[in-house]
Amino acid sequence: MLGYVASRAFRALVTILLVLTFAFFILNATGDPAILILSADAPPEAIEAFREEWGLNAPLWKQYIGYLWNLAHGELGRSMRDGRDAWAVVSERIPVTLAITIPALIIKLVIGISAGIVAALWRDTWVDRLVMAFSVTGYTVPSFVLGLALMLVFAVQLGWLPAAGADSWRHAILPIITLGVAGAAVLARFTRSAMLEVLGQPFIRTGLAKGLVWRAVVIGHAFPNAAIPTLTIAGFMIGSLVAGAVVVESVFAWPGVGRLLVSAVGNRDLMVVQAILLLVTVTMVSANLIVDIVYGFVDPRLRTARGGQARGGT
Amino acid sequence: MSALLEVEGLVKHYHVRGGGGLFGAPVVLKAVDGVSFAIPAGRTLGLVGESGCGKSTTARLVLGTLARDGGQVMFDGEPVGSVRDTRWRAQRRAMQMVYQDPLSALDRRLTVGKQVVEPALVHGLGASAERHEKALTIMDAVGLSSRFFDRYPHELSGGQRQRVVLARALILSPKLLVCDEPISALDVSIQAQVINLLVDLQEKFSLTYLFISHDLKVVRQVAHEVAVMYLGRIVERGDPEALFHAPAHPYTQALVGAIPTPRTRGRARAALQGDPPSPINTPPGCSFHPRCPRAEARCRSEAPLLRPLADGRFAACHFPVLSTPAREAA
Amino acid sequence: MTAPLIELKDLTVDFPVGGNWVRALHGVSLTIRRGEALGLVGESGSGKSVTWLAATKLLPAKARIDGKVLLDGKPIQGLTRDQMASVRGKRVALIFQDPTSSLNPVHRVGTQIGEAVRLHRGFDAAAARAEAKRLLDRVHIPSAARRLDDYPHELSGGTNQRVMIAMALAGEPDLLVADEPTTALDVTIQAQILDLLAEMRRETGMALVLISHDLGIVADITDRVAVMYAGRIVEEAPVDALFDDPRHPYTQGLLAALPDVAGPRRRLTAIPGQVPNPAALPPGCAFAPRCPAAIAGCVTAIPSLDAVAADRRTACFRAGDGTPWEIAA
Repeated sequence: MLGYVASRAFRALVTILLVLTFAFFILNATGDPAILILSADAPPEAIEAFREEWGLNAPLWKQYIGYLWNLAHGELGRSMRDGRDAWAVVSERIPVTLAITIPALIIKLVIGISAGIVAALWRDTWVDRLVMAFSVTGYTVPSFVLGLALMLVFAVQLGWLPAAGADSWRHAILPIITLGVAGAAVLARFTRSAMLEVLGQPFIRTGLAKGLVWRAVVIGHAFPNAAIPTLTIAGFMIGSLVAGAVVVESVFAWPGVGRLLVSAVGNRDLMVVQAILLLVTVTMVSANLIVDIVYGFVDPRLRTARGGQARGGT
Repeated sequence: MSALLEVEGLVKHYHVRGGGGLFGAPVVLKAVDGVSFAIPAGRTLGLVGESGCGKSTTARLVLGTLARDGGQVMFDGEPVGSVRDTRWRAQRRAMQMVYQDPLSALDRRLTVGKQVVEPALVHGLGASAERHEKALTIMDAVGLSSRFFDRYPHELSGGQRQRVVLARALILSPKLLVCDEPISALDVSIQAQVINLLVDLQEKFSLTYLFISHDLKVVRQVAHEVAVMYLGRIVERGDPEALFHAPAHPYTQALVGAIPTPRTRGRARAALQGDPPSPINTPPGCSFHPRCPRAEARCRSEAPLLRPLADGRFAACHFPVLSTPAREAA
Repeated sequence: MTAPLIELKDLTVDFPVGGNWVRALHGVSLTIRRGEALGLVGESGSGKSVTWLAATKLLPAKARIDGKVLLDGKPIQGLTRDQMASVRGKRVALIFQDPTSSLNPVHRVGTQIGEAVRLHRGFDAAAARAEAKRLLDRVHIPSAARRLDDYPHELSGGTNQRVMIAMALAGEPDLLVADEPTTALDVTIQAQILDLLAEMRRETGMALVLISHDLGIVADITDRVAVMYAGRIVEEAPVDALFDDPRHPYTQGLLAALPDVAGPRRRLTAIPGQVPNPAALPPGCAFAPRCPAAIAGCVTAIPSLDAVAADRRTACFRAGDGTPWEIAA
């Protein structure tokens, strides 16, 4: 088990390094931070001074090595925009994002999983068709379309809620719903098919044959098995708590990590972008790692501690 | 009598992870561990044994669809290799395979006729009209009338599908047919049809069969010689009547004794204890000794070789049973 | 003769297939007496499994079931699915073909047996565990105490079928329905399981219904055999009478088509034709198109299952006219 975790952790590290390297070169290749931050008609002396200050005149590979060197020492660099520590710039946005993504996650899990279960248990009835219709709509409509539609109805037409900004809790409602609905749709579909798959297994019939009522079979035998595939998608959702709201934050002008990322990319504020990417990959990869470990607890077949060998009877 | 197929010391070992999942110590799974036999032209060797004994792996090694780790296969006087040259192609034509599940062996999207013709097309045999004619002849020989030519596999019953599989194999005029549990997936009333068909086809086309089955009753019906496998080795080989009526190896004895038939109802069985051990941790000495009622000290240390017995059969046992027929003894 | 334990009267089952109802069971009547062992033989689609899944309400809800099921003379067909739960396991236990997938992969076998013990005998967790261990001992699983904490994938198919039998015994049922219990197992393991079933029946006095496509298996451990074809029972007789003197041409055909390991080797007499599709049964007797003894009347009317001797029923217009198969061969 320890070796397993170690190998997964190593792979995670490689993944992070690849992401950071890729982003570093792409961002440098597609725009000059000095011009983008100071604007193109700034005096050449100012641009030159900016370049000197941020080490942008050094060859790219030297900048890259320097970046990695700092990173290895826990230095994420400073924002080129205001000179603040990049991590400080990013970390102050994290709670803002979590304020909408955590309630959205709860909506996804509660509504998505229960809708999926209900659809599977009442398969081919109107309940199932309703859930599936909701689900298909939920994940085919892009979240910016859904967000704008909600804004149009509840903010512009009805005027019940504010359209954009982050001044009160009421501003959070529409972004939360937008995020939650899309995720719940995906999760409902996953849960439904996982449940249907499990309900068709012979051990469900065994549960009934030994005298359990349907409810007990569903709770005691179907749920633990259906949880296994559902866990994967739920883990992915937990991993995207920090970064999964880029589009929605932009639509609703919610000043979270996602919106910071959009503006930092636009400004080629390299160290901030890199800090966000580091944060995103680390959360994603650790969520995956946690899912894999939890898998081992939920599914005994993956715990091959004693080998795959069947032992005999008499 | 020259043998069409000669197999000498066939070996297939898999290197797998042992206990502890991904990080377990690598161990060797001896799927096939020194198997030798020969089948004369026009005869049938029945290869029997329980799941995991290596009988299907042996079939794939014989056909060359799986690379062997040791031993030799001679077909029609020539070695069977895995290099895909002209000889390999010719041998592929002459050796055909029939599987257990006809539905998965057939392409659901192609008509029966197209599937029967296809192998001839692949091997570039004859003109189009000729191939069509040949397909109809072969289909007739396996008991499929021409009205099945344009049907799809899903429109056919299990028995009819297995006939299509046979026709598809026979269109290449093979010499050897390797049948891996060819009737196990069929209904009881259909099994006899296919068994009789296989016997008739052998006569008609002078076919040689390697017939693999877990069902001794079926093997007895078709085989001229029977080989019993246990954990990757042949433990007994010989004439079916002698082997089934008076098994020499205690495992054969248990296998024959375990078959329930209406004829033997009510009789007590000498039931074999336990499950077969895994081919990963084969016991030292004779691999059957932990389940063997006759095992002695020697069996635990020394693996018996396949040796000829007085009546011409072969058994790999230090203490073969020879006198009393098993059924009377039981 | 002991009292009837369970009686099926004119049981029919229809399945919805593409907007139509297809009849899988055409009125099956069968009586199981206390302690007796009945073999139910038939090919795929004959309705042998559906009969008992219908009688115990284990078929999918979309299936339409009709007819009467009496347990100790009292009808249970009208019970809801949940009311039936008190019959299943407690009065009628079932075991199935593929033991490994019939057990829940994420629960330990001790937990799964314990669940049945607690349900039917009201034991607490500790007592249920002790009882589960005792049951594993009874089905001769070595080192039972350690096996309690194993998962099904850690055990062999034969051992898992023993676990299924232990679980079935937990409720001390009056009837065990074993649906192809050895089909997925190797022949030496099959023999062990058949011996175990016979032993358990001797010890507990429970009745047994053994469903199988294999006449040999049924002959081995049952007292009486019912042969099914295309959703009907075509012949029912005590086991010796059935095998020594089969009356229905289908039974005769099955026996003639069966290879044997003993006796002289002979060419098998195959039954011609195919098993009919339940959605397109031939008119009259469903076996008529394959029957060498068929006469004109066989395709116009369906023969009823009538007594032809004490203890014997046959559904054939030509029963008793001698066996046609030797002549045909």
